[in-house]
Amino acid sequence: MDADKNFIVGVFDDEEVLLTGIEKVRGNGVKIHEVYSPFPVHGIDDALGYKRSRLPIAAFLFGMTGTSIALTMQIWMLGYDWPMIIGGKNFASLPPFIPVTFELTVLLSALGMVGTFFIVSDMKPYKWPRQFDIRSTDDKHIMAIDLAKNQSIDKTVLGKILKDAGASEVNEKNFE
Amino acid sequence: MAHQVTVAEEQYVFRPETKRKLFILLAVGVVLLVLGLFMAMRSSGHDEHGGGHAVKAAEQLVASADASAASEGHEAGGHAETATWLKRLYTTLWMNNVFFAGLGIIGLFFITIQYAAQAGWSAGVKRVPLAMASWIPIAGILMLVLWFLTHHDIFHWTHSSLYAEGADFDPIINKKAPFFFWPLAGGTFPIFFIARMVIFFGVWYWFLLQIRKNMLAEDIHAGTSYWHKNQVLSTVFLIFFGVSSSVAAWDWVMSIDTHWFSTMFGWYVFASWWVTGLATITLIVASLKSAGYLKIVNSNHLHDLGKFIFAFSIFWTYIWFSQFMLIYYANIPEETVYFIERIKNSPYSWIFYTNLILNFVLPFLLLMTRDAKRQLSTLKLVTPIIIVGHWFDFYNMVTPGVMQHEGGLGFMEIGVALIFMAVFLLVVLTSLSKVPLIGKNHPMLEESLHHHI
Repeated sequence: MDADKNFIVGVFDDEEVLLTGIEKVRGNGVKIHEVYSPFPVHGIDDALGYKRSRLPIAAFLFGMTGTSIALTMQIWMLGYDWPMIIGGKNFASLPPFIPVTFELTVLLSALGMVGTFFIVSDMKPYKWPRQFDIRSTDDKHIMAIDLAKNQSIDKTVLGKILKDAGASEVNEKNFE
Repeated sequence: MAHQVTVAEEQYVFRPETKRKLFILLAVGVVLLVLGLFMAMRSSGHDEHGGGHAVKAAEQLVASADASAASEGHEAGGHAETATWLKRLYTTLWMNNVFFAGLGIIGLFFITIQYAAQAGWSAGVKRVPLAMASWIPIAGILMLVLWFLTHHDIFHWTHSSLYAEGADFDPIINKKAPFFFWPLAGGTFPIFFIARMVIFFGVWYWFLLQIRKNMLAEDIHAGTSYWHKNQVLSTVFLIFFGVSSSVAAWDWVMSIDTHWFSTMFGWYVFASWWVTGLATITLIVASLKSAGYLKIVNSNHLHDLGKFIFAFSIFWTYIWFSQFMLIYYANIPEETVYFIERIKNSPYSWIFYTNLILNFVLPFLLLMTRDAKRQLSTLKLVTPIIIVGHWFDFYNMVTPGVMQHEGGLGFMEIGVALIFMAVFLLVVLTSLSKVPLIGKNHPMLEESLHHHI
């Protein structure tokens, strides 16, 4: 990531223009680094060609881990390590274990999902996110194109493609 | 509201082939019923008669208080005993009527929550639950007729000897008498019970007529006023339904096990009805879609229906478990008798476990992924499983309480279920074919067209 320092940035005013713009830019063979918008835009994932997230698979695996830990813990504790008679029930009887199992499943899948999301998105303490254009937090949609990954296309041509796609302005952004 | 969307008008055609298939289903049901009756009549001759089994079993399992609750046959007093096969027929008729009445009521309930929540996604499928709701008046009449026909065999509390001084006097049921007989004395005519039945069906039907009238008027005169009227009606209906669905569950199902009670029961029956209703709506929508109707319904709408089914299968399990867990843990004989009748040394124990597999394990695993909820094929696989599963659920709520160890699940029960299913579908599809399949002036139709998840 750190090698990518030079970007060309298109500013879009309207999300409908942005959506068609994305398709036009990608249609010209340009690889888009990322699009930033002040609010969620419906259909932008499809337009950018993003694959579906695999987070649900991670959630399922974390959940199953929680289920196994909870059942193992309770059966071992109450069934073998320190058997206790509670309400005349069997030592290791399933029904009273269900609430704890359910809670641990939910807890681990939730915490696991959050953790996975942070790692996958490269979010960590003291990480300062790149700001392509401060107006993406206000009223503009920002499309960033990595020059290093589009070396076959000239910088001026990229600017023209963005303009044709509906960008209201085109800037260059270099990170230290 | 100047912006108008145009969708192709659609009209469901109830073709003669479909009708013939349903009549064949009906005929198969009748044949199975006759066969089942014949077999049950023959075999009941060999059985040692009366509640002998049940009394023994109940005494084994519940040492003290509750033997009388589980031994209805025992205290029949001066009455002539009803034959086992006839009791079995009554039980299955009652159980199927409660089950299918639920499907009709849920049709109306589904529409009303869409209005109350101002939901847009469902605008294209609303006519399917509307057609299902047309079963409500039939279910109501059947319920009343069946009650007068079968109450003495199904509802233990209708026996007047329980309320009079004597050998059969039952102090627990006597305390509950006002719930059935108010303002009359216990053991007379259960006017309060009957009044509730009539009022519930009457009010539900009245709301259905009003809401349907507005929906159909909207087709002719565009505008949002009908939608607003229906929103008010729906909200009032939901308040009434919140109370009436619970009381109906106590009346029609829980009072069979008169001694026993569960604070979860109203919710339990509602959850079972609701998820079955959702599965039925989805199955009809999926079948219409396969037959080329409902062009405006796409995988996004199916996804929402699938999520509904998935979520409420888990909700039903949650309610099921909450009820079971409390009774299991407290271990009070008056309460545990309900589950002992159904699990231990019981002919119903396989149904008890099948119930959980069909209604929780399979829907949970089969509908978990996003893709499964978005495809017609998986929905068409899972919804029949849920419908059959909850039929088992209702069977297990009603039958053990009436029949004790003499109940069965054979040709007779399957036959009656098929007859109900065929007639229900005939009524619903006829009603569906009489109105346009899509409310073309529904104010949320455009939102539904752009629905994307």
